Amino acid sequence: MIFLTVGTQEPFDRLVRAVDAWAATHDVPVFGQLGRLAADSYLPRHFPFESFVSADEFQERLEASRLLVGHAGMGSIISALSAGKPLLMMARRAALGEHRNEHQLATAARFAGRPGLHVAADAQAVPDLIDELLAQASPTPGGGQISPYASPELVNAIRDFIHQRR
Amino acid sequence: MKRVLVISSTGGHWVQLLRLMPAWDGCEVHYACTSPDHEERVRAAVAARGQAVASYTAVCDANRWTKAKLVRQMLEVAALVLRVRPEVILTTGASAGYFAIRAGKLLGARTCWIDSIANGEELSLSGERAGPHADLFLTQWPELQRGDRPGYSGSIL
Repeated sequence: MIFLTVGTQEPFDRLVRAVDAWAATHDVPVFGQLGRLAADSYLPRHFPFESFVSADEFQERLEASRLLVGHAGMGSIISALSAGKPLLMMARRAALGEHRNEHQLATAARFAGRPGLHVAADAQAVPDLIDELLAQASPTPGGGQISPYASPELVNAIRDFIHQRR
Repeated sequence: MKRVLVISSTGGHWVQLLRLMPAWDGCEVHYACTSPDHEERVRAAVAARGQAVASYTAVCDANRWTKAKLVRQMLEVAALVLRVRPEVILTTGASAGYFAIRAGKLLGARTCWIDSIANGEELSLSGERAGPHADLFLTQWPELQRGDRPGYSGSIL
């Protein structure tokens, strides 16, 4: 199972189209969470999808997946890392009207190369990368999971702040 | 027991906020998000740490392109802060956190803005605006640290 998630705000047609083209020629099941779709948004023809899923359904689909495909948002990155699933991400481009600014390019660049995190520079790169990552991904990945909590340094700084006298 | 409000928008901001959970063990903690969706899960995660959720409030979702919703969100967040009267407010953004910090300051709360880790090249727009009003202003990227405003004390990863 591939779980495609593009966040909860704008649609991300460029990525959805690329995954749909891949799904057209493969037997692997795909499910898409496609965000707030517009009247002219691209609707996939080769896999089921919803605009939104509940937090519980998100977690279930994540855990059942072999590969997470998403936009380059921190939600996707943290979800993938904490579940120990590989993530293929593509940045939303403000220049293409996909986001309000170009911060996903920066996010993708900063996290590319961390174990389990992979970046597609553009939609053309998506199908080959999906093939490559599915070939690598073991169905029951062991390890690679991160702690559910922030770095002790940050947790301590916040705790000190909470209990600080004014 | 310190009364703390932790608030953020849904999605990545919320995921980041919850990763700070051990910091507020032992406090009376009120949770707020722009989605009602997370209540059950957060209650379970908090219970697993032997802690309690004092309240969970869903406020209107908005961003800076949806002005009417933004006004509604501001009013809902202000009402929440008036009701809870937190001593400390913690947020990872975005606009809901900004409103909480502004309302909290008026009511004498101490406030903390942790800028999203998604903003690695420059501070978030809401962070630039909220930071000057926060008592503790943190970035998660050492490159963006400017003394202690924002300061850097590690990240949520």
